[in-house]
Amino acid sequence: MTTVASFNVEYKQYLSPAGELVGDITPDIATDFEQLKALYETMVMTRVFDTKAITLQRTGKLGTYASSLGHEGVHVGIGSAMNYEDVFAPSYREYGVQFCRGVKMSEVLLFWGGDERGSNFSGPKHDFAWCVPIATQNTHAAGAALSFKLRKEPRCTVSVIGDGGSSKGDFLESINAASAFKLPMVLVIINNGWAISVPREKQSSGETLAQKGIGGGLPSLQVDGNDLIAVHHEVKAALKRAREGGGATVIEAITYRIGDHTTADDASRYRDKDEVENAKKLEPIARVRRYLMNNNQWSVQQEEQLLERCKRMVESEVKVYMDTPMPPVTDMFDYMFAELPHDLVSQRKFAQELDK
Amino acid sequence: MSNITLVEAVSLALAYELKHDNDVVVLGEDVGINGGVFRATSGLAQEFGTDRVIDTPLAEAMIAGMTVGLAAQGMKPVAEAQFMGFIYPMIEHIVCHAARMRNRTRGRITCPLVIRAPFGGGIHAPELHSESVEAIFAHIPGIRVVIPSSPSRAYGLLLAAIRNPDPVLFLEPKRIYRLHKEEVIDDGEELPLDMCFELREGTDVTLVTWGSMIKETLEAADKLEKKGVSAEVIDVATISPIDMDTILESVEKTGRCVIIQEAAKHCSVSSEISATLADRGLYSLLAPVKRVTGYDTIMPLFKLEKKYMPTTQRIIDTVNEIMELSS
Ligand SMILES: Cc1ncc(C[n+]2csc(CCOP(=O)(O)OP(=O)(O)O)c2C)c(N)n1
Ligand SMILES: [Mg+2]
Repeated sequence: MTTVASFNVEYKQYLSPAGELVGDITPDIATDFEQLKALYETMVMTRVFDTKAITLQRTGKLGTYASSLGHEGVHVGIGSAMNYEDVFAPSYREYGVQFCRGVKMSEVLLFWGGDERGSNFSGPKHDFAWCVPIATQNTHAAGAALSFKLRKEPRCTVSVIGDGGSSKGDFLESINAASAFKLPMVLVIINNGWAISVPREKQSSGETLAQKGIGGGLPSLQVDGNDLIAVHHEVKAALKRAREGGGATVIEAITYRIGDHTTADDASRYRDKDEVENAKKLEPIARVRRYLMNNNQWSVQQEEQLLERCKRMVESEVKVYMDTPMPPVTDMFDYMFAELPHDLVSQRKFAQELDK
Repeated sequence: MSNITLVEAVSLALAYELKHDNDVVVLGEDVGINGGVFRATSGLAQEFGTDRVIDTPLAEAMIAGMTVGLAAQGMKPVAEAQFMGFIYPMIEHIVCHAARMRNRTRGRITCPLVIRAPFGGGIHAPELHSESVEAIFAHIPGIRVVIPSSPSRAYGLLLAAIRNPDPVLFLEPKRIYRLHKEEVIDDGEELPLDMCFELREGTDVTLVTWGSMIKETLEAADKLEKKGVSAEVIDVATISPIDMDTILESVEKTGRCVIIQEAAKHCSVSSEISATLADRGLYSLLAPVKRVTGYDTIMPLFKLEKKYMPTTQRIIDTVNEIMELSS
């Protein structure tokens, strides 16, 4: 017998839940306090926004909404590691990534408020819109990455997928494509423990989800997804390698969905309260705050000021959302094709008449 | 006998078949302990165990392919597509295998499977959760497409679908999942899969519909009655194969027909019904066949969905229009 190949999956954590630096190296971001504070502020802003969005849904001002509570570390870690020219292919709850890239809170609200105009968002015009059919975004990311490779542009794509979505063929096919074409991309698996009511262990009996990447021939690792520093550092390193022609990487970020799947879900039907309480102890925001405070970079007063600022900004974005007038009925027709086919002209007119 | 909603009738039928046929298994995303995102499988995993009511990994192509595999070996799988918008990865297995297995093997291997999917708009759902794409499937030879529109029809038709020796796509109009309750007797009685249901007798016009548009159509019939127009209402229920005889018989009596559907107009089930009326019913017609449908646009997100979906008033206006043309 000879071993023809062997593999291992590393787990990276640089900031412990207690807010202390751990791990074999100290990533640059860990000592760049100015940037770290900016990222911390985005994480807090994302959470304040999230809380508000849930309230809006509960009071009938928003449709179904997918909370990002507990994902702020992995999301802001990804968003801050990317360059503007890179392309992000989201699923539906990665607001933290998008806020880093200039998407506005009011635009997120428009999307969940049933208004297409939310998907024509600020930030990079080349970023993909929210993607409801799970895992399809990964194949688009692979295609986008191939376009960069063909045009010899130093750009990359980052796509995300959930633990649930990692079971879908599209995701595995994207890994394979990334490997076959040596694509400049990073595939992040955001393993938050649950796919609606289905726990991670029911998706696959593999020890990690990262190893799916190894099966496709890609370097693959696990990071603590509640560790902003680890996510930022590892995504950035993977992007650098990809940009330099080294191909794609799969990163499984371990986090936890503290909230319900969406506002239409009731997680108490299928999971233990204790599990959630334990997970809360590992949540990503507190540990960055502890770290900053331990290093005299952050004070109680700054925290209070930040929360005030976040609330004000969220309120003003909510106002923009609430003040947005209804789209005209003709919007249904006007964005389907570059030019409205003539047999649709009469339908458009009919809809317009009916709406008077 | 119990007074239940349409979605509860789905659960009731599933429970009945799980109890009476050991070959029946239910599978899909979140169908287990959670009871499905619409609670259509509520309590079933608790009652029948997780070997009979199976939470699958998140992978629709896999679910459909495994459903074919299960059925080919004599099981009677009832799979769920969580929303019809996520059925597309299943299409390869439905079209290339489920629909063809019997024909391909000259009857040696069959596919007695059911794929259930909630569909249609009007519940303020996110993108791809509101479309009505039944016509895509009605176009495929070798499968049945069934759409219940009341609790008792959901119960009887789902039982028939599970017992049917061929593949059945069972599309559940989610807007009327909880619209009203009806007495349903849990006696295991199935309903035929090749017959329309006449919901209301009338003499002036035949209103043909299915799924959640039943609600607006019956409302329109009530209002028309008050204005002296007597409308017959037919619930097609089995979209494919379709029972045209019942529709033709009705149109022979009324001389007028309006077809109402939530789906887009182009190449839809209403197109098929209209074409058959032109072919086999022309000499009974006193007025053109009319259709009240969604637009040939992408189903808008929910801010505009009410303006996409046909309304009771549109049905009434259309009936009045052809009544005037032919009075
Ligand atoms: C193809 C497809 N199937 C099913 C759904 C319905 N659905 C929406 S989210 C979800 C669970 C996703 O879980 P996971 O991939 O872990 O991501 P998370 O929501 O936890 O971020 C399901 C089944 C969908 N949107 N797309
Ligand atoms: Mg998940």
